[in-house]
Amino acid sequence: MSVLELKNVSKSFGSGGGTTEVLRSVDLSLDEGEFVAVVGFSGSGKSTLVNLLSGLLFPNRGEVLFKGEKNVAAGPDRGVVFQNYSLLPWLSVYENIRLAVDQVFADQSVQERDQRVRHYVDMVSLTPAMAKKPHELSGGMRQRVSLARTLAMSPDVLLMDEPLGALDALTRAVLQDEIAKIWEQEKKTVLLVTNDVDEAILLADRIVPLKPGPSATLGKHFSVQLPRPRDRTALNHDAGFKELRNNVVNYLNTVRKESKTAQLEARQKPLPELPQLKPADLRAQ
Amino acid sequence: MSARILQVLDRTGLEAFAPFVRLFRGDDRQEQFRKLFMNFGAPSIAFLLFLGAWSIASQSIMTKYGNLPSPTEVWQQAVVLWDAHLAGLAAETQFYADQAIKAAEFSAAADVFSSRGDAVMAEKMSSSAATALAAKYAASPSYITQILTSLKTVFAGFLIASLIAIPIGVLCGTSELVQAALNPLIQIFKPVSPLAWLPIVMICVGALYTTKPDEAWFEKSFISSALTVALCSLWPTLANTALGVASIDKDHLNVAKVLKLDTWTRIRKIIIPSALPMMFAGLRISLGVGWMVLIAAEMLAQNPGLGKFVWDMFQNGSSETLAQIMVAVFTIGIVGMALDRTMVILQRSVSYSETNA
Ligand SMILES: Nc1ncnc2c1ncn2[C@@H]1O[C@H](COP(=O)(O)OP(=O)(O)OP(=O)(O)O)[C@@H](O)[C@H]1O
Ligand SMILES: [Mg+2]
Repeated sequence: MSVLELKNVSKSFGSGGGTTEVLRSVDLSLDEGEFVAVVGFSGSGKSTLVNLLSGLLFPNRGEVLFKGEKNVAAGPDRGVVFQNYSLLPWLSVYENIRLAVDQVFADQSVQERDQRVRHYVDMVSLTPAMAKKPHELSGGMRQRVSLARTLAMSPDVLLMDEPLGALDALTRAVLQDEIAKIWEQEKKTVLLVTNDVDEAILLADRIVPLKPGPSATLGKHFSVQLPRPRDRTALNHDAGFKELRNNVVNYLNTVRKESKTAQLEARQKPLPELPQLKPADLRAQ
Repeated sequence: MSARILQVLDRTGLEAFAPFVRLFRGDDRQEQFRKLFMNFGAPSIAFLLFLGAWSIASQSIMTKYGNLPSPTEVWQQAVVLWDAHLAGLAAETQFYADQAIKAAEFSAAADVFSSRGDAVMAEKMSSSAATALAAKYAASPSYITQILTSLKTVFAGFLIASLIAIPIGVLCGTSELVQAALNPLIQIFKPVSPLAWLPIVMICVGALYTTKPDEAWFEKSFISSALTVALCSLWPTLANTALGVASIDKDHLNVAKVLKLDTWTRIRKIIIPSALPMMFAGLRISLGVGWMVLIAAEMLAQNPGLGKFVWDMFQNGSSETLAQIMVAVFTIGIVGMALDRTMVILQRSVSYSETNA
């Protein structure tokens, strides 16, 4: 059963003569409880894809279906981890998460909500920084607050736009395991945008490459059939893992080359054919 | 410890004193002395030069009331005004003490008459006692009282202006329709001088505020001054609030959308906090404008306050009163500066990042 679906979706920005098409005819369906990873190049439209899925943007053509309904506006049942963190700078770490928790769990008692916030702050190891404002945090710390905020909302669908991009390898590994654990325990539907193929394979059921833009489309899907729970160190020696990684990386390289030559060709395209008209000598008449 | 003091100095707008702390802590001495010279030395030299130029000018400018007052004469008049204020206070306490004694004597007499059975005289005496107690000290307000009146008026006007400007500013910033509808009106009224508003305000207050003087909470003059201040000072706050709300980060609005905040929560939790630094920048300008407008309004309308004081002294026309006008000029300047510094401190307390302090 698909929870969230893009049907033949195209998205352009700008109006009139200055429009650029970012996504063209994208079809993507997230099944209930599925973990999908989107990998792609910078500027290809991954964030745009996330915004369409979350209901923060609406398509120019095609439709987005959320639980069978068309073009539903954003809401807390589709949690987003924004690529640029989007923390409120006047609120502390605790208050940023508390705002979300208060909104989603309004029917719970104050203690329960407080407990919930503290649990997720602890999960991303930010308890010592709980009272700090975002501008006092490093980029990686902000990213963790943003992740904690979205996880604390316990959304049905979790959309994460490069949520671990600014982190060091060790913290990254810890949070990858956390995400895997939460997904396995709570059986959420997850879409993870990442530029790290290893991360995609470690976490996802299915890897969907986004081809380079403009007018990006989704490439061929790679299904990840490695058994769970997946262990990072064991995977490194696993033949299936190595093969899959090679396949994905090779595929990405191929589509990049293709798009480059396509762009070159577009630039070198001969002038459009003019209608066949013979110049007439007007003086003769 | 010293870091804490530095932080407090920064928060309270007294960062000029920071080099003293740093010097004590043993930071780079030469740099700290340079800063001290910048913060205190250079301003003192400029001030002394100013006093010198003033002294020379006062000797050479002849007015019909004698020389332009020199700095020393102005200082003397400041002392005179202060002494007059103290004398006035003493006279007032004395007056009420005397009245209390009188009242006590009357009621004692009333007791005597009633014990003798003379009810008419007893009645007369107790009513005299009541009159004595109710008597109000009447004297022309002292200089300090005038300053306090002006301050009260400017705050009242500023409060009215803020109560009008902030909600409308938020509306303008959130709704393009409201912005488009109100923009022409705002553009037209913004440049109007207080001198043009004042007669209209006075006439309207006169027509609408018909409570009897002894029952009214506020005097008419107070209300018309405050309203004139409000009318002139609400524009900077309005414009800045609208701009602050309109330029709110799209990412923050996206957070509000994902959380599905209702309109009121969105305004309270996202829009206002985000626009607060801009709003306070506007409030700061508004208060400055209000203070300038108030003095002009008081002069023109003969409403009690510093402006009226200046006008009265001008009418008196003597060398001393000229010096007193100069005292008033300095007072107006210093009070204006103090108001501005207060707003700076408030502004710093609401700014949420290091960069837009
Ligand atoms: N609001 C917008 N208005 C105009 N153009 C936009 C807008 N948002 C995105 N774009 C354009 O769409 C393209 C894709 O942007 P997007 O942010 O989706 O890329 P991305 O894949 O997330 O890149 P990155 O990996 O760097 O985050 C870019 O060329 C960008 O210039
Ligand atoms: Mg992006």
